[in-house]
Amino acid sequence: MSTEMNVVHDLANREYEWGFVTRIEEDRIPKGLDENVIRLISERKGEPAFMLEWRLKAYRHWASLEKSGAEPQWANVKFPPIDYQNIVYYSAPKQKKQLQSLDELDPEILRTYEKLGIPLAEQKMLANVAVDAVFDSVSVATTFKEKLAEAGVIFCSFSEAVKNHPELVKKYLGSVVPHTDNFYAALNAAVFSDGSFVYVPKGVRCPMELSTYFRINAQETGQFERTLIVADEGAYVSYLEGCTAPIRDENQLHAAVVELVALDNAQIRYSTVQNWYPGDKNGKGGIYNFVTKRGKCAGKNSKISWTQVETGSAITWKYPSCILQGDNSVGEFYSVALTNNYQQADTGTKMIHLGKNTKSTIVSKGISAGHGQNTYRGQVKILKGAEGARNYTQCDSLLIGEQCGAHTFPYIEVKNSSARMEHEAATSKIGEDQLFYLQQRGLKTEDAVSMIVNGFCKQVFRELPMEFAVEAQKLLSISLEGSVG
Amino acid sequence: MSLLEIRNLHVNVDGNEILKGIDLTVNAGEVHSIMGPNGSGKSTLAQVLARRDAYHVTEGSILFEGRDLLEMKPEEAACEGLFLAFQYPVEIPGIGNTYFLRSALNAQRKHRGQDEMDAMDFLPMFREKLALLEMDDKLMSRSLNEGFSGGEKKRNEILQMAVLEPKLAILDETDSGLDIDALRIVAHGVNSLRSPERAMLVVTHYQRLLNYIVPDFVHVLVDGRIVRSGGKELALELEEKGYGWTEKEAQQPVGAKA
Ligand SMILES: Nc1ncnc2c1ncn2[C@@H]1O[C@H](COP(=O)(O)OP(=O)(O)OP(=O)(O)O)[C@@H](O)[C@H]1O
Ligand SMILES: [Mg+2]
Repeated sequence: MSTEMNVVHDLANREYEWGFVTRIEEDRIPKGLDENVIRLISERKGEPAFMLEWRLKAYRHWASLEKSGAEPQWANVKFPPIDYQNIVYYSAPKQKKQLQSLDELDPEILRTYEKLGIPLAEQKMLANVAVDAVFDSVSVATTFKEKLAEAGVIFCSFSEAVKNHPELVKKYLGSVVPHTDNFYAALNAAVFSDGSFVYVPKGVRCPMELSTYFRINAQETGQFERTLIVADEGAYVSYLEGCTAPIRDENQLHAAVVELVALDNAQIRYSTVQNWYPGDKNGKGGIYNFVTKRGKCAGKNSKISWTQVETGSAITWKYPSCILQGDNSVGEFYSVALTNNYQQADTGTKMIHLGKNTKSTIVSKGISAGHGQNTYRGQVKILKGAEGARNYTQCDSLLIGEQCGAHTFPYIEVKNSSARMEHEAATSKIGEDQLFYLQQRGLKTEDAVSMIVNGFCKQVFRELPMEFAVEAQKLLSISLEGSVG
Repeated sequence: MSLLEIRNLHVNVDGNEILKGIDLTVNAGEVHSIMGPNGSGKSTLAQVLARRDAYHVTEGSILFEGRDLLEMKPEEAACEGLFLAFQYPVEIPGIGNTYFLRSALNAQRKHRGQDEMDAMDFLPMFREKLALLEMDDKLMSRSLNEGFSGGEKKRNEILQMAVLEPKLAILDETDSGLDIDALRIVAHGVNSLRSPERAMLVVTHYQRLLNYIVPDFVHVLVDGRIVRSGGKELALELEEKGYGWTEKEAQQPVGAKA
């Protein structure tokens, strides 16, 4: 076996560090999905009538799709059919009463987040990052709320937003990803149990990074969260989400929806470090990560940037997109997707140019190791009115070992002749000569590989908030263990 | 004990025998030069010493400081103080030169049980070495060798050597690609590293380099064998008469001195 293969081998055998289970009492509803379950979820959450109506509409749409077998088949991923009646749609840590402070939170949950490196206790928190912690179906804690409130920023769980800011929720919920958008988006709209909500008012620069940490803990549950971020005129916000799950033999479904709205001159940076349980080295277990993320640059000069580092999940199906409606608006997508062992990823973006002089940038770095399959799927659409639109796409793949694959599907549709498009793509293998060069200078094979891979991803990492860039690099090295030398 | 002892070394690459019984002893403090026609196996010897695994040793032994070098992985050999300045240094995008070099140094220090060097300690030392090789530090903020000219790459190899301070440095045609001034600067850098504890194996085609880096021994490698060994005069003789002359000699038995 060549050194390179050995590396891949060693890396693939590295264990998932976040795979522990927290023992707590759960409030869960029985498995299965019908209108009663929707009513039950809505009732558990004490929702106003408009939310129940909204959910039911979505459910009926989803049920009709399911009946007609309209689950999407076009992605370059393979998995056995999902039995939607065999999933628990709501599971929450049992809680006696409304929490007044973090001290009342189940210490087991606090410890879980601490173990994950996300301490929620104020004195230990990352100095400049506010965290919303979502545990299974519900948000269990949001930090730095008061400090944010001083700036006028609303950062809370979705459930709280429904109660305290119904007018905002009514106005923006489903405005970017309607329940009719796709199969999983419809399912999410029907059953979503919580998530994060952010509103940054006019002219406010959010004083700290906001982040949500998603944790799946319960067995046989799906996680269906929904995030809505609205940046009003001239506002700025940077948001990060992280995710982990215990090691389980079964596949668990995670079907989230994220909607972003940027009004005139507003900017939203949305970063993801996705580290759901990827399954074991034989491909058993792991999360199905079927996610719809879309941002609307509704106002002129607005800007939305997606940065994602996807190292986890058995299957990732995800296309964070931008609708560039406002004139001069800017959409960006920076992605690192790594598949090792038997992981599959079909990920990319859509940039829809509607406004004049809209600009989009796509930088995608796919890394495949082991038997991993990595697909980039990207669409750039320039509509008639998008005078002077520009797109730059760069899409690189790195292969580690002989049994993995990289695939690229770019779709381009241009209806305005003034558009300018640039596309670059490259596929490379980690060169034996590069590895040897680094080893000859004293670096262990594993360190040499992660150095080469991190070098490959540099363009994306530098888009991440400082605090998380280092984390992302570490995560990448760990996820590669056993996959690359 | 010699620093390096090669005995009856036979090496195959992709089923072809490239080295056909090499004997060579290098002591600390010595500089040996290896010359020979294209394709004679000089780089093969260098790569085998650096433990590249595409090269299969079918017979013979190599001891490095009395230890079996063939048992070592490339990174181990490196950490034990073996350095190869590559004939063709590779480019690696996205890895900063300075970052890379400090990581390499720290990997080696860790191996030797020394403390890792932080940026504060590293930088002054690094600046000194940059000055020694008269290198523009703008190059250092770029990715490893990426877009470097041929000469810049070669100079970067010697800079790395100067920082890593190996016990045995193997320079594979470091002179090719260097302009006249760069040659002088690089030779000066190499010479400043000569010491009683350190040995060098200098592979070159040109006597000119040996005017600057004066070897204690010169060996001529032809078709996988050392056919002649001598002092620095041998290089001059080769320059004059060419390899054809030694190849004739190769027919007769030669006692490999060294
Ligand atoms: N992978 C390989 N497969 C077959 N032959 C190889 C392989 N690698 C090297 N060789 C052969 O081994 C011989 C020695 O090559 P080597 O690079 O050691 O020569 P060299 O003495 O360094 O030459 P130069 O002066 O041109 O650098 C050459 O004939 C070369 O073609
Ligand atoms: Mg050579």
